[in-house]
Amino acid sequence: MSVTLDIRLKRANKVYLEGETVAGVILLVCKEALQHHGISLSMEGVVNLQLSSKSVGVFEAFYNSVKPIQLISSNIEVAKAGKIPGGKTEIPFEFPLHTKGNKVLYETYHGVFVNIQYTLRCDMKRSLLAKDLSRSCEFIVHCQPQKSKVIPTPVNFTITPDTLQSREKNSLPKFLIRGHLDATNCVISLPLTGEVVVENSDVPIKSIELQLVRVETCGCAEGYARDATEIQNIQIAEGDVCHSLAIPIYMIFPRLFTCPTLETTNFKVVCGLGTAASN
Amino acid sequence: MAAVQWRSHGRNYDTELQRCRLEAALVDFGDYHPLKPIMVTDTKTRRGTRKGSTSSSSSSSSSAPPDPLSSMLDGTDPLSMFAAASASETPPMSHSSSTGDLGRRKREKEEEAVGPDFEPWSLKRGEILARFTTTEKLSINLFIGSDRGKATSQGSAVSEKVRTRLEELDDLEEGSQRELLNLSQQDYANRIEELNQSLKEAWSSDQKVKALKIVIQCSKLLSDNSVIQFYPSKFVLITDILDTFGRLVYDRIWTMCSDPRPLPDNFTVEDVNDTAKETCLNWFYKIASIRELLPRLYVEAAILKCNRFLNKSGIQETLPRLTAMVRGIGDPLVAAYARAYLCRVGMEVAPHLKDSLNRNFFDLLGTFRQISSENVRAQLVLQRVEMPEYLTLYSPAISWILQCIAYRAPESLLTEMMERCKKLGNNALLLNSVMRAFRPEFVAARATDFIGMIKDCDEAGFPKHLLFGSLGRSLASADPPESERLTILNEAWKVITKVRSPQDYINCAEIWVEFTCRHFTKREVNTILADIIKHMTPDRAFEDAYPQLQSVIRKILTYFHDFSVLFSMERFLPFLDMFQKDSVRVEVCKSIMEVFIKHQVELTRDPVILNAMLHICKTMHDSVNALTLEDEKRSLALLIIGFIRMVSFGRDFEQQLSFCVEARATFCNLEPVLVQLIHTVNQLAMETRRVMRGNHSRKTAAFVRACAAYSFITIPSLSSIFSRLSLYLLSGQVALANQCLSQADAFLKAAVSILPEVPRSISVEGKLRSSESFLVDFINSFLATLLVIPDHPEHGVLYLVRGLLNMVQDYTWEDNSDAKVRVYISALPLLAAMSQETYLYSIPKVDSNDTLYGGDPKFLSEINKLCETLIGQILDHLKTLGRDEQSTRRQGALAFSLFGVLLAHGDLRNNKLSQLAVNLWNLSHKHGCCETRTSVRTLEFIKHQTQQPDMTHLSDMVQRLTLQSRT
Repeated sequence: MSVTLDIRLKRANKVYLEGETVAGVILLVCKEALQHHGISLSMEGVVNLQLSSKSVGVFEAFYNSVKPIQLISSNIEVAKAGKIPGGKTEIPFEFPLHTKGNKVLYETYHGVFVNIQYTLRCDMKRSLLAKDLSRSCEFIVHCQPQKSKVIPTPVNFTITPDTLQSREKNSLPKFLIRGHLDATNCVISLPLTGEVVVENSDVPIKSIELQLVRVETCGCAEGYARDATEIQNIQIAEGDVCHSLAIPIYMIFPRLFTCPTLETTNFKVVCGLGTAASN
Repeated sequence: MAAVQWRSHGRNYDTELQRCRLEAALVDFGDYHPLKPIMVTDTKTRRGTRKGSTSSSSSSSSSAPPDPLSSMLDGTDPLSMFAAASASETPPMSHSSSTGDLGRRKREKEEEAVGPDFEPWSLKRGEILARFTTTEKLSINLFIGSDRGKATSQGSAVSEKVRTRLEELDDLEEGSQRELLNLSQQDYANRIEELNQSLKEAWSSDQKVKALKIVIQCSKLLSDNSVIQFYPSKFVLITDILDTFGRLVYDRIWTMCSDPRPLPDNFTVEDVNDTAKETCLNWFYKIASIRELLPRLYVEAAILKCNRFLNKSGIQETLPRLTAMVRGIGDPLVAAYARAYLCRVGMEVAPHLKDSLNRNFFDLLGTFRQISSENVRAQLVLQRVEMPEYLTLYSPAISWILQCIAYRAPESLLTEMMERCKKLGNNALLLNSVMRAFRPEFVAARATDFIGMIKDCDEAGFPKHLLFGSLGRSLASADPPESERLTILNEAWKVITKVRSPQDYINCAEIWVEFTCRHFTKREVNTILADIIKHMTPDRAFEDAYPQLQSVIRKILTYFHDFSVLFSMERFLPFLDMFQKDSVRVEVCKSIMEVFIKHQVELTRDPVILNAMLHICKTMHDSVNALTLEDEKRSLALLIIGFIRMVSFGRDFEQQLSFCVEARATFCNLEPVLVQLIHTVNQLAMETRRVMRGNHSRKTAAFVRACAAYSFITIPSLSSIFSRLSLYLLSGQVALANQCLSQADAFLKAAVSILPEVPRSISVEGKLRSSESFLVDFINSFLATLLVIPDHPEHGVLYLVRGLLNMVQDYTWEDNSDAKVRVYISALPLLAAMSQETYLYSIPKVDSNDTLYGGDPKFLSEINKLCETLIGQILDHLKTLGRDEQSTRRQGALAFSLFGVLLAHGDLRNNKLSQLAVNLWNLSHKHGCCETRTSVRTLEFIKHQTQQPDMTHLSDMVQRLTLQSRT
């Protein structure tokens, strides 16, 4: 006898803001009537921290993972023990996204050392002979958009051999790259924009790439562990581009892997940008 | 059975004719016509129209008989009424806010839609593929999508799924590549087509990630220009895949939102449901995270249309962004093609967004100096490609961009574009594209300017002959100002004639021939032909340029329909001599002949035309050999016949005959032509007779005899027996009409003598068919001619008739066939007609047997004897048929037809004959296989006949003819 259990959220994009209500249905499809010992649904929001093997030892990194921090948790009983008729059964549910106490609902984020994840989990208990069924489904939490309008502060930059922190400064060929970013504080839902101009370069350029980097900091027993990892790297110029012609910088932030800069007592995520031009 | 005594029934043809005529009844046509509607005509108004009063329109409408069909339908017809009603009604649309808005939108759409005058990409596609080829070995850098297991890993959380997918994307970007080396161009195209197929397969089996991978990999190939000559073709092949992908994604999202009912064509964002939007957005996010620039650019462009699902201004915002993104591409060729792709997608999805097209072009101009950068030069040296060749690689892309811009663009914009191009150095490439892409009228009006610019171009860069080629192409379809035409031609030709390479020369010259033919006379065309000959003859260069040379001929033929002018060009025939490959030569000749047949309306005797055409026809004829297909022969023969029919020397018959003699010698291998020649000569003889009004002088008599001789010696060379037979008969008739008795005799004798050669089956349209019916038909018409042929004084009475009948008897007819007896039966009416005092028809100035014998009893008895023999034979045959059960139907039919002949032609006053007739009647009705209706009508006819004064004897017979009851 087959039965399938599924959770369907009302919103196709599964994105919810704090204070909103997560609504959906539990979908049960079975051919015949089904006996069960109760269906329950739980919602959970957890921050998982993982120590980097670079800052602490390998074994410590493996064993000493920091205890997860629970952000939100609630449980409801969807159905008491009983019978479900055969066919398709939809049981609607709603969870308000409210925190208890002074906890903050952070945005969903999947990083290397920091993971913030929200899940819905549905369990169906059954008799001894049949296995219990369970199904989980992730949903995404975004912060309330900022009320005050951010005034973009454009920034200009210039790259020459002298500005690089490199040991072989003298061996580098001469070049001058100028450019600007339209804002240093970006709205995460909007793309990062700007321009880069190759004013001159002694050797032909092979590629110009844009690197999005995050810095995750985890607090643990021995102090803080800080790690920078690349999120995304996209090429904005390929080959020897025309000199003194503005090349656009444009990057859409990968939503799951970036989050607004976040600082808490226990962990911290900062996103930064690097430009790499290879010759 | 005792021999039957035959007596022919005497006939008075004149009175019979009188009797048969219908009584003429006078019909007053003015009053009555069956198709005219019954109506009362108002005579007063009619008179009014005659006066020519001002109210003519109203009065004429009242007096004109209305068309009965249109008067049935009062006013407009119902179909167009419905159409009009539905057109005025606005179609019900749920989402449109107001009808006014809809109307406006509709109008806008009409304005922005790309009309049929926009040359679509699909046309360019093939051209590019054919033009940019290479013999170098190519390579493809690809992953082979076999690792399917990963793609379908069933992660429960979305994040996992996404992660695996992204990992796969990375995976394929870094590792798992396979390089295919040493592919020939064809292999390469096949590989790409395979990828296209596997893309579709992956898509249909729901492996969207794999599909995306394939597309990314493919578009990555576009950044590799290692075999640079092939790049344009590669672009075409790969953008095909991108197009497929774009369509697949769009269709999928489309079907996602067409759940309750399909989306209307002009849907808005509000019509799209959330799931579809989310899927669409996911595609865009996925693409935005592609690492490399080129795939990200191309794939996003490919699904540009999907922006319609997300927001109104999506396309409008994306296009400029993508346009700016192209700036990041360093290689100028790759960038140019990326721009071309953007323009193409832009034109397809949002043709009204002209700005991004222009931006593209201006960016292109901005980076134009890249073309001559060190980098590019180094690469060219490495690949051993010359600069001029390299520059031509750009032309499809730039031409396409310019074409998109120029499409329905205002004159001012075009002028601005041109000015911008002018300012840049080394602008020949741009100039070329401008001339190709802008409206021919625009180019033609400034032709002199363009020539100036072309002259200023750098010699080392873009080849000038290509520039002139492009200019010529524009001038071929639009006319420059009249006063400048000659200068233009002179200037252009000055450059063209200096082109060294014969191939380049002819490519360019071919284009300019059209312009020359359009605006100038044969003198200029002749000069150009002379120049072409001069260039193409050394080293037999023409051998590689047949298509172009053929096109020259075609162009000349479209403008010069007067063949006397055409052939008076001194260089035309020498030009034709350049076609030395047989197949091409014949093809050219055929095209000339086709034009000749189509446009030569008047008969001609112009020696120039005749000589040239004979030469051309001879070429066609000489191409025929044992291997030539029947169809080919037939079409050649038709063309030559068409020519022969156009030749006429007017009253100079002798020359015409000698022309035919010459033609016969020339075209001896094509039978249809010979047949036509014989017909022509026969016609000539008849024409002579008409001119002489039937009285030949000594000279004309000799001439018609010569004609007969011509036919007589030509006919035996034909292989088809039936054309021989019918031509003998026809020529015999013509000879007779021209009082050439002995010739006529000879023709007919020849016809009789070849009768035994007729095979029992002949091939008709490739199928073997029995020749019997053809033969019987021929003999019947032959018999009809025999009536007027006078007997030869040295041979016996009815020499030819006997000869024919003997042949018929000896001929090996098919088994179980009545054909022989049928011939006998049809010979009886001839014999009966011969025994009349005056014959039914005769030929003026020819004494037939009626005059020769004057009803001599000996002659008559000879005829009767012959008839009796025939009837004896027929009756014998009937008897043999009677023995067999199965052939009773045939017996009946034969008996009945003999009865008919007896009734019409036999003298039934003779008891024996009438008895025979009655017996035959009974025989034919014996087995009940006679059609009752025919029998009844025959009886009625006989009864009708009895009322004639000299036919009363028939009444006895009628009594004895009984109808068989239907049992």
